[in-house]
Amino acid sequence: MTDSLTDKLKVLFPDIEPRTVLDCTVIDVDPGSVPQVMEQLKTYPDLGFSMLLDITAVDYLTYPQRPAARFCVVYTLRNWERNWLLQVRTPIPDPEWGVESVAHLWGAADWAEREVYDQYGINFRNHPDLRRILNHWQFEGHPLRKDYDIFKGQICYEADRLEDEIRARLASKGIDESTMQDINTEMMFLNLGPSHPATHGAIRIFTALDGETIMANVNEIGYLHRGFEKTAENRTYNQIIPLTDRLNYCSALMNNIGYVKAVESWLGLEITERAMFMRVILSEFFRVQDHLVCLAANLVDMGGLTNYWYLYNEKEASYDLIARLTGARLTSSFTRIGGMYRDFYEGWQEDMEQQLKAIEKGVNDSLKLVLQNRIVHDRTQGTCVLTPETALSYGYTGPNLRSTGVSFDLRKDSPYYNYEAFDFYVPVGSQGDIYDRMMVRFEEIFESIKIVRQAMKMIPEGPVFVDDHRVALPPKDQVYNKIEGLANHFKLIFEGVKTPAGEWYNSYEAANGELGFHFVSDGSGTPYKLKVRPPCFYAMGGFHEMIEGEMIADAVINLGSINIIGGELDR
Amino acid sequence: MALGLEAGLGESVLTTRLDEIINWGRQYSLWPMVFGTACCAIEFMSAAASQHDISRFGAEVVRFSPRQADLMLVCGTISYKQAPILKRIYDQMPDPRWVVSMGACASSGGIYDNYCTVQGIHTVIPVDVYISGCPPRPEAVLDALMKIQEKIQTESVLVDRHKDFKGILD
Repeated sequence: MTDSLTDKLKVLFPDIEPRTVLDCTVIDVDPGSVPQVMEQLKTYPDLGFSMLLDITAVDYLTYPQRPAARFCVVYTLRNWERNWLLQVRTPIPDPEWGVESVAHLWGAADWAEREVYDQYGINFRNHPDLRRILNHWQFEGHPLRKDYDIFKGQICYEADRLEDEIRARLASKGIDESTMQDINTEMMFLNLGPSHPATHGAIRIFTALDGETIMANVNEIGYLHRGFEKTAENRTYNQIIPLTDRLNYCSALMNNIGYVKAVESWLGLEITERAMFMRVILSEFFRVQDHLVCLAANLVDMGGLTNYWYLYNEKEASYDLIARLTGARLTSSFTRIGGMYRDFYEGWQEDMEQQLKAIEKGVNDSLKLVLQNRIVHDRTQGTCVLTPETALSYGYTGPNLRSTGVSFDLRKDSPYYNYEAFDFYVPVGSQGDIYDRMMVRFEEIFESIKIVRQAMKMIPEGPVFVDDHRVALPPKDQVYNKIEGLANHFKLIFEGVKTPAGEWYNSYEAANGELGFHFVSDGSGTPYKLKVRPPCFYAMGGFHEMIEGEMIADAVINLGSINIIGGELDR
Repeated sequence: MALGLEAGLGESVLTTRLDEIINWGRQYSLWPMVFGTACCAIEFMSAAASQHDISRFGAEVVRFSPRQADLMLVCGTISYKQAPILKRIYDQMPDPRWVVSMGACASSGGIYDNYCTVQGIHTVIPVDVYISGCPPRPEAVLDALMKIQEKIQTESVLVDRHKDFKGILD
């Protein structure tokens, strides 16, 4: 597949030499030709990169083999139909001048470029609204630059007003003072959040209302920006696992697995069969957990509190199993590079089967209340519709994208951990409304349970950790009795697992969509740079497209239906 | 056996001290305002759900309007961007009000010792009870609630709480 992409790129861009890194094709482009190349990548039917997954930058200030330009901007693109993954890299000699914006090509670029500007101070020329996104408006400097001190906090004294932004958004839709005078009414501005029960965390949804209809909407995020990426640059690879727990804390173990999978892919580590099956079982079990919380909260927003008890109580009961296995309820930190922290405990199959049955019962009870319920149908069908084109342009992935009818799922399209051997199907919606988003999640719960049951039957016996001294800690008797064992243990703990120098991207189908990790390694045991591609960030970036023209109450349940998790959104 | 004035009035009247009767009422009808930002808020959800059932302690009426609440539960990381909002919500709560700092992040910044995280909310608002853990178990939330109840018992309704607190945003 990738070969044909390389051939096509060679024909279209004769002076660019494509490289292949893992399953990703990489091309280097000079900043001047970025607008033209990006436009061709998106619009040429032969290429058709309809998704912009992520934009990030690298600061090479302290990199051992420092290139001529200090900064480099990296665009990650995907053609989901042909399963092509492409990274476009461009050097930035002068961050003030920067590079041309691609926000007119992909909706996702709007927020992605703002983040790069905020964190690295790279200018994107002709960007519609280039301002800070994760850090507060009174912040000075750019924290992910290597010369910014990690401990240098800056106090924010008041919240941003956002008034200019919402007026600009209104103007872009052709609504100004005179329109309002014509219909003899006044626009009302309403804040939902940052502290509001409907935001399920801390997000600010700022709306301009005519009556109860949303005329324009701008959103502010970054309230839970905890500096994941900067902190990760100061931790060894294994020390980052607890940080990944706190990205999407509703399905912590999935982040653990996605992260170690990305590191292992670069190391070329083949984990043991049993570890692979464990990861599949736990991934799918946590996918169920994530969907349970999302649906429970969403139905509470709609007034269906009973559903909360039916769904959340099963999640609560699952915590007993999870705590027995990992020692923690929420933040599991259960994976290690090269395998799993430990094997399943004795008798886990019975516990798991019992729990799956309980979940099925809870979900079926809830479905009895929801599926044929006229009120739920009226409330959710045809509201906040997302078209497949908008969804792809804004970089939606996971259940939100599939609800629009796009059947893209990394487990099927780019299988890892033997997913091709399991019998399951990928539920897709047809309308892309709130109802579809809910129902896709309900269906995915049943599909995931199916996968868990199959994997439980097939899981082989054996070790859960690779036998490789580069990543695995030596057994304790060697640490205490042999100098080689002691030195090996010491180096792995203090220096970390060493990765070869280079850059790579690897992704994983998390509960909310494509969770990607972009690494830059300088050959040491600490990542030089680690960027997370969070599915939530891009779902929130297209939120205004879904709610403009709808009622304010629909915005609330729509936010619940796309499942925004603050930890992952703001990192 | 009642003595003095009470003996004369029979069983129709109960005498007590003002502090005691008001504090007794306050203790068992705390209305929490959940300032949930991160992972800890999920564990608060568990504390409120059937298994741990916070209503056994009279604190199940979760108010999302600070004006109707007297117990603030700060569940999750507070960033510098969030701090002015936290302060504003706290200021909107009527007196008397109590604050619980739930989890490592709210109490000290936790594992996030970096440029964007407030290193403990006591730098912004006064805190009454801290809960350790990342995230704490729901039982710890109930424990904190009981500690607040004990604290209320010892206070006087005539004394203003935290009158001279000064945080980084004051």
